[in-house]
Amino acid sequence: MDEQLKVKTMQEFMAEGKQPEILFWVGSAGSYDDRAKKISRAFVRLLNKANVDFAVLGQEESSTGDVAKRAGNEFLFQMQAMMNIQLLNGYEIKRIVTCDPHSFNTLKNEYPGLGGTYEVVHHTQYLKELLDQGRLTLQGETYKGKRITFHDPCYLGRANSVYEAPREVLAKTNAELVEMKRHKKTALCCGAGGAQMFKEPEKGDMDINVLRTKDALETNPNIIATGCPYCNTMMTDGIKAHEKEDSVTVLDVAELLANSI
Amino acid sequence: MEYLPNIVFAIALIVGIGFFVRNVKKLIRNIKLGKKVDVGDNKPQRWKNMAKIALGQTKMVVRPIAGLMHIIVYVGFIIINIEVLEIILDGILGTHRLFSPIGLLYNILIGSFEILAFLVIVAVTVFWVRRNIIKLQRFIKPEMKGWPKKDGNMILYIEFVLMVLFLTMNAADFQLQQMGADHYDQAGAFPISQFITPLFDGLSISTLTGIERTAWWLHILGILAFLNYLYYSKHLHILLAFPNTYYGKLKPQGQFNNLESVTNEVKLMMDPNADPFAAPANPDAAAPEKFGASDVMDLNWVQLLNAYTCTECGRCTSECPANQTGKKLSPRKIMMDTRDRLEEVGKIMDANKGEFVSNGKQLLDDYISREELWACTTCNACVEACPVSIDPLSIIVEMRRYLVMEQSAAPMELNNMMSNIENNGAPWPYNQMDRLNWVNE
Repeated sequence: MDEQLKVKTMQEFMAEGKQPEILFWVGSAGSYDDRAKKISRAFVRLLNKANVDFAVLGQEESSTGDVAKRAGNEFLFQMQAMMNIQLLNGYEIKRIVTCDPHSFNTLKNEYPGLGGTYEVVHHTQYLKELLDQGRLTLQGETYKGKRITFHDPCYLGRANSVYEAPREVLAKTNAELVEMKRHKKTALCCGAGGAQMFKEPEKGDMDINVLRTKDALETNPNIIATGCPYCNTMMTDGIKAHEKEDSVTVLDVAELLANSI
Repeated sequence: MEYLPNIVFAIALIVGIGFFVRNVKKLIRNIKLGKKVDVGDNKPQRWKNMAKIALGQTKMVVRPIAGLMHIIVYVGFIIINIEVLEIILDGILGTHRLFSPIGLLYNILIGSFEILAFLVIVAVTVFWVRRNIIKLQRFIKPEMKGWPKKDGNMILYIEFVLMVLFLTMNAADFQLQQMGADHYDQAGAFPISQFITPLFDGLSISTLTGIERTAWWLHILGILAFLNYLYYSKHLHILLAFPNTYYGKLKPQGQFNNLESVTNEVKLMMDPNADPFAAPANPDAAAPEKFGASDVMDLNWVQLLNAYTCTECGRCTSECPANQTGKKLSPRKIMMDTRDRLEEVGKIMDANKGEFVSNGKQLLDDYISREELWACTTCNACVEACPVSIDPLSIIVEMRRYLVMEQSAAPMELNNMMSNIENNGAPWPYNQMDRLNWVNE
């Protein structure tokens, strides 16, 4: 990569006897999935630009267990959760940001009952905060006049009622925001939730991501924006199924912003 | 013999209400077969939800046409009950239009009942057309074949007939009033039934009295019959929508409950001082709790209340991404199956002096297939769509828990995913040491 990212682990913070402003929970997708890694990098570019003193857990981070829980494996979920909580509490973590709505949901809602209470924000909320505080300013006109439609991730939108932050942040790129017919509360799932990401779909007459991409394409967009690594994969595959990969791109909100600084 | 009608009426009332009470008791017994769940928190918010969602119908109007029609029938149902109160008192006391001395207000009341009755007839007709002529998708799904379809129409027919009887009764009454018949003093306003009255021109007072009395009796007996039909139909929602919205989920939709029984075991596993071979502290402790649900008794009582509350409107199913793409999963069917199985369990208990004896069936496989359960994306669209706060997703998750934790019966790809998490802390087979490689790629 052309640009060197500044990323420090919690261990390094501890060695220096310091606490970060915020912990960036990268998540398994953000750490290993080729497409999602680009989102992690884009988000860190923004954090570096805004001089945010953040930490990651690095090799100490482990799956939140969210996907195991949705699949029905409560044992595995709670094992993962308790290991992570031990680690997070040991580091006295107060505030967590993540680019994955599934991690966001489970850390925010399901960890407190197991002894891990933190303030958890989604990266679109955190980016809005940085923009509002003036720590981050957008210069670029990269997306001026482009049509962008935002696909609400289920675990950000319906699951946690976060609808406005991603839209407000996107509006700052000077792009033209267009809404799909079903959006916010009635947004259709991309098809990856509930552990579907890791299995073949049941027999049916269509794939869910193809149907959802159809919704998006009806708005005639240049860009489909998402705030979830799994939605990103599903929508990207959907675009290919509609043979629109030459005219429409799928980008995370963090990538759109990172291209606008 | 003078009091014969009063006596017949009183008996009909006692039998009708008595039978209904008997069924309500059965209903409560069945719901209590579910596990305990703590829903005693945040009462103010719960009352608010009930007022907004059940009384205020806020979620019905998300779909404007059905919502508006439903509000008409709902308001009609509630307001016309004031008239039913008068009818019941008239029946017991042998009076006629007992409330009429309140004068102008009475005229306004009767007049508005008539307009409402007319609007209900219109709305019910629209509903019938949507089900039987337009055949809206959500009313013709596979789970709606047979009894559910008949049930839906039956309710519309009953409501239609009851309203027609009410208007016929008023029309005959109005005609008798104009003819100056005994007992039929001038009372009430008849903005709708005045248009039926011309049909009665030339009929004698005795014939008209016969029509009026017949319509009166059929109307009130019809209401009593309808009351008792509720338990056997999908129409229980007119009562259960209220407790169901009160006990509905208050937490964020994405928050699933953490199984306490699992927490205890995991804590034990992670405690370095715990001796895994030690005898249980309390040897009399009950057998370890079953994880997840394979039958209705494994669900909690709110989930069972959900099942009885469902009126099979199908908004959940029409919003379900799996269903929209041709998968077998239908959240409505999950609720219907849960209720059907619960009813079956209840009947077995009735036949065995209150004891449940297995009939070799259970909710899983005999009612809800694994294919349906694994098709769910846990997106909460069904939960959001339900106008009365039913949560089909919680049942799906509870059944997945049983499949995975009791049966180790997850689809193979999911087993791979889970062993990856166990071995290297990620759903993919990557080395945990490589977690930070993305920084320098």
